[in-house]
Amino acid sequence: METKVIINEERCKSCSLCVSVCPKNVLRISNRLNPKGYHPAELFNNDECISCGFCYLICPDAAIVEVRRPIKVKS
Amino acid sequence: MKTLYKIPEAFTDRPTTYCPGCPHGIAHRLVSELLDEMDLTKKTVIVWPVGCSVFGYYFIGTDAVEAAHGRACAMATGIKRSHPESFVMTYQGDGDLASIGIAETVHAAARGERISVIYVNNGNYGMTGGQMAPTTLLGQVTTTSPYGREALANGFPLKVPEMLAAIDGPAYIARAALDSPKHIIQAKKFIKRAFTAQRKELGFSLVELISSCPTNWKMTPEEALKRIKNQVLPVFPIGELKVDEEVE
Repeated sequence: METKVIINEERCKSCSLCVSVCPKNVLRISNRLNPKGYHPAELFNNDECISCGFCYLICPDAAIVEVRRPIKVKS
Repeated sequence: MKTLYKIPEAFTDRPTTYCPGCPHGIAHRLVSELLDEMDLTKKTVIVWPVGCSVFGYYFIGTDAVEAAHGRACAMATGIKRSHPESFVMTYQGDGDLASIGIAETVHAAARGERISVIYVNNGNYGMTGGQMAPTTLLGQVTTTSPYGREALANGFPLKVPEMLAAIDGPAYIARAALDSPKHIIQAKKFIKRAFTAQRKELGFSLVELISSCPTNWKMTPEEALKRIKNQVLPVFPIGELKVDEEVE
């Protein structure tokens, strides 16, 4: 499945506010480094994400670029 | 996939100069979202202050001017009177608006100028290293109040919205907080009403946004937001203090 939260890792400053507000705990601070020397946040469990958008609302650096929800297909 | 939230176009690609976890970015995003939604980006002039948000014109892509310290409301008055078709707003911190610029702010409100003010209150002078501001809480330790703010020596925290709500000029006065997703959604609603007050030519509008300063409070961003909830909001309660009937 496509990722539900698109993160611009270059803008992330590793403040971990998105991790603290996530109700399903599907975000974490990664081990990678971005060009500014911060460890960017990442979505590690896309299936559990409920697309609530709390991470987008709290992100102070516009690093959470987009939050999307899959369109339900009626069978 | 259906897009639920997307960074607004008015918010530029340039990375912000704020410390990690600083809610200035949240305030910038709320303003950008509303300017895009209300189709105001092309005709907005934002008057930027002196303070941490001094480079704000790099981050919100509208026309902008940079005011002398505290004089944003006076400058916005001149711009609005000479270009009444423009949407004029100021974006100020507590050191700028509540301390050196209090006279300009109170008189702009008393004259009922058709401008909108976004007032970000983090309880200290963030850019210069965390000195005591008029909005510093009693007992709060800053670099210029090392034993905590004392009422006898330093006075009490200044509540600007309550003060302005007592004047006849303002059409919309409110206070919101940027400490949780719930309060951020509420803040956006309040800012939208403030912008509506200007578009309907009702008068002065001001929204105070209770913010944090993780660096100068010497806390992690998460602890700083918890401090807002536990210590700041009991002193600065959120809500709408003055609403003109025609704002809705």
